[in-house]
Amino acid sequence: MRAIIIGCGRVGARVAAELDSRGENVTVIDTSQRAFGRLPTTFKGETVRGSGTDEDVLRGAGAEQADVVMALTEGDNRNALAAQLAKHRFGVPRVIAKINDPLRGETYRALGLETICRTIILGDALVTAAIEGAEATNGFVEPPTAQPLTGAPAVPSAEDTQPEATVLQPGDGREGAL
Amino acid sequence: MYVVIIGGGTVGYHLTKELLAAGHEVVVIEEDPARARLIADELGSIVIANDGCEGRYQAEAGMGRADVVAAVTGDDAVNLAASQVAKMRFNVPRAIARVNDPKHDDLFRQLAIDETVSPTRAILGVIEHEIPIHDLLHLAELEGGEVQIVEAQLDAESPVIGRELRELDLPEGSTIALVIRDDRAHSPRSDTRLRAGDKLLAVTSAGDESQLRSLLIGE
Repeated sequence: MRAIIIGCGRVGARVAAELDSRGENVTVIDTSQRAFGRLPTTFKGETVRGSGTDEDVLRGAGAEQADVVMALTEGDNRNALAAQLAKHRFGVPRVIAKINDPLRGETYRALGLETICRTIILGDALVTAAIEGAEATNGFVEPPTAQPLTGAPAVPSAEDTQPEATVLQPGDGREGAL
Repeated sequence: MYVVIIGGGTVGYHLTKELLAAGHEVVVIEEDPARARLIADELGSIVIANDGCEGRYQAEAGMGRADVVAAVTGDDAVNLAASQVAKMRFNVPRAIARVNDPKHDDLFRQLAIDETVSPTRAILGVIEHEIPIHDLLHLAELEGGEVQIVEAQLDAESPVIGRELRELDLPEGSTIALVIRDDRAHSPRSDTRLRAGDKLLAVTSAGDESQLRSLLIGE
């Protein structure tokens, strides 16, 4: 699979590194050279400096051959423009835009764009954590790795004997046990 | 007419002023509070100091009854988003967007923006009309610049129009590598007859470049 990631922020860098480590062909675009410093040294993909809203930059990054383009910059409008360029000008089969404003996300979904919203994901995970317990969030809420400081309430002893029960990874087959 | 303008920069400001003078009803949405205050001081309380891409501020501006939305900021992403929200959520009959990168023009039209205005393209058109490009375009250089790959665009005044490639008296160190006609690449053949509008890609020694230019483009 050929993937183009637009925006090498925390999310973009993580997605790029993860896809790369799974052997996918990844190209990352960012306007800032320094942003590529977020990629691990083991990253084997390509980096392209430029704006993902520029048709020439997208073409140079291989948009014509891409299977998936993800627009993950910090700007909703930029992501929407870049994603629509990829979808409509380059005919990329799968395009996902990070749109953090849920209302605007709705508008773009109505326009046929696949969107992902940090606000909704975080909000839902936290509500689930509050109501059903952190374990029910499927790993979206991470358990603490250190013991609480003295003075804090004691950890139930069951935690000590079965610490792995709270470390959940999606797809590891243990969700069913909950 | 009722017009909502997204962006109170220089273009938005003068547009608002002209529209008001012509008797239209206008509201401006400008994100920068200082800029918004400046416009309000001069033109009255017709400014909403907020993000013009957001539905709630468009609602506040009365987008639901607008005849026209004009998104004229210096940022194409904002202009597209504001126009799309206005059309999708408020069914504004006519969206006009300023397009700063001329290459976004086609996309905006494809996405049902009714009118696009590209200052860059307009100025480019004027410049190209005034100063015809009578030169070779350098595409790449090899051997530290000793060998050049150049493009010649043939217009009606080119001395080689109507001639076959074999008739060209090319300099020793030059060769025609490709003929681009109607956006398609063709291998040069000795009997290829050159037409106005053709683009020729040539490889030439740097020393032969001026001779090649005179041959293909003229003096």
